Amino acid sequence: MIAFLIKRLFHALLVMFVISVIAFAIQDNLGDPIQQMVGQSVPESEREALREELGLNDPFAVQYLRFAANAVQFDFGYSYVFNEPTTDVILRHLPATLELVAASTFLIIALSIPIGVYSAIKPRAWLSRFFMGVSIIGISIPVFLTAIVLIQLFAIGVSWSPFPADTGWGAWLNDLLTTDGGMPAYGRGDPVPVFGTWETNFASLEGLTYLVLPAISLASIMLPLFIRLIRAEMLEVLQSDYVKFARAKGISPRRIYFLHALKNTMLPVITVGGVQIGTLVAYTILTETVFQWPGMGLMFLDAIERSDIPLIVTYLMIVGLIFVITNTLVDLIYGLVNPTVKLTGKPA
Amino acid sequence: MTTTTSPTATRWERLRDSYLLYSFKRDLIAQVSLLVFIVLVAAAVLAPWLAPMNPYDLAQIDILASELPPFWIDGSDPAYVMGTDSQGRDLLSTILYGARVSLIIGFGAVAMQAALGVCFGLLAGYLGGRVDAFLMRLADIQLSFSTLMVAIVVGALFKAIFGGATYSAYAVPLLVLIIGLAEWPQYARTVRASVLAEKGKEYVDAARVMGLSSRRIMFRHILPNTLSPIFVISTVQVANAIISEAALSFLGLGMPETQPSLGSLIKSGFDYIQSGSWWITLIPGLVLVILVLVINLLGDWLRDVLNPRLYKG
Repeated sequence: MIAFLIKRLFHALLVMFVISVIAFAIQDNLGDPIQQMVGQSVPESEREALREELGLNDPFAVQYLRFAANAVQFDFGYSYVFNEPTTDVILRHLPATLELVAASTFLIIALSIPIGVYSAIKPRAWLSRFFMGVSIIGISIPVFLTAIVLIQLFAIGVSWSPFPADTGWGAWLNDLLTTDGGMPAYGRGDPVPVFGTWETNFASLEGLTYLVLPAISLASIMLPLFIRLIRAEMLEVLQSDYVKFARAKGISPRRIYFLHALKNTMLPVITVGGVQIGTLVAYTILTETVFQWPGMGLMFLDAIERSDIPLIVTYLMIVGLIFVITNTLVDLIYGLVNPTVKLTGKPA
Repeated sequence: MTTTTSPTATRWERLRDSYLLYSFKRDLIAQVSLLVFIVLVAAAVLAPWLAPMNPYDLAQIDILASELPPFWIDGSDPAYVMGTDSQGRDLLSTILYGARVSLIIGFGAVAMQAALGVCFGLLAGYLGGRVDAFLMRLADIQLSFSTLMVAIVVGALFKAIFGGATYSAYAVPLLVLIIGLAEWPQYARTVRASVLAEKGKEYVDAARVMGLSSRRIMFRHILPNTLSPIFVISTVQVANAIISEAALSFLGLGMPETQPSLGSLIKSGFDYIQSGSWWITLIPGLVLVILVLVINLLGDWLRDVLNPRLYKG
């Protein structure tokens, strides 16, 4: 176990090293701090002196070591735009993104397990076919389009009523299309402060309504993948000998499905799923843009627009760290729950 | 690749008797998908001849005719069947040209990924050892970041390096490069797995004993036997590449509004959605979804026929 842990940590450090080299190379080649610090009128000789003083003429490796030493202490310099430490800017935007990811993760877990299991237990039922059909359509809809459609339906409403108004369902559908659902589709509302800079949307009903549409949009990208994955794994587990044996023993189907089969279904789901939850952070860039959700993704796009190099670099490092931590945790959890993984050697 | 009837059979006879065609004839969803796909591709390719107007030609654009609704809504102009966008471009024409851009980038990016991924996958699988460890570790790292994230970061970097104007001018080749760089690990992994399975077979040993070069064995002997998984992921990857391009364009890192793809059309419409002009966003969106959906359905069918266990293990 210890050897496995050390190996995984070493791997994580290696990945962080690669990310930091890339991040530093970006900063070194694209960001010119001198230009940001001094005005147009400062002569070249003074710029050169300042460059020398700040150590910008040192070799790449020396500068990288300085960057890495600061990075370990979470010091990435000042944002050009906000004029405050980049880590402060990120920390201010981090809670919004994390809450969005948490709400989506909750939706994904709450929906994908029952739907996936159901469509594996009854593969031929019309409801299962419906779920599978919806999930392949879901995979084909880009996340920002889901978000726009949700905004259109539940926050704006369409100026168009195509259904026959004299029938009950037609009137109901027209009503659904034309009236707005009253859902907020812009920003975070007034989140409740918890401690420090952390403000939460979970603490009030009003805050939760702001979370609904963004969370559904973000969940929509992963939900079909999870449903298909769980269904495929469950179908395979149900074919295995131990499930047949349990059936022959006369154990109730419910116990077999949810106690015996589900456990082994979840093993691969943990590895794939854990990594996918990490990649949700990438999709927050799209969701946050549509909903103007004031999280890290929106901040990152703004930073790109304004060429705020230190902020871009910090974002890359922090998101890289989040990915590395989730991947490492997933590997460790998998190693712990799956007894067939040899913890001393390579994970199976 | 599929069943061979007799050594003298022509390609056409082999296709006619193949399991591929047999299962295609029995699968209604695959047939409809292929039909829709062909119609969409044909409409996109023939856009300059089919479209009522040329959206790239500023002389044909009438700004006074902007934000007109499609024909089934009051206030529409019969000259613009699908309505117009915020700049007064005919939406139908813009969608046809946009689908063309999306498809070019989609196929181009997949060709790029395939070239990179097949080479790296063959090298990793055939040579093994340090090359294998290095390439696969690289692929792991990149995949753990999600391809979208890599594409956004690389796109942002290119934009910062070249500047916005140059980036827009060369957006098509740059997007092909960005999406190709972001998604090669998918190919590399699949190819490597097939190569590992093929490597131990006798024909490879025979080729090696004959003294053929590694390159010849890799590309002429092993590669043809790994083609069916490559075909399957290629279909899905085209769909992914089109979505990635749309996402990048939506974020402002893709096609400029003067030469819109489906993604940048959706983006330009989104700015007007609050004013009620939903069609500028949702009609190109629907076209995008249908295009991606039929490709995904074809991919699903192809996977079931060629290699049902590909995505497992």
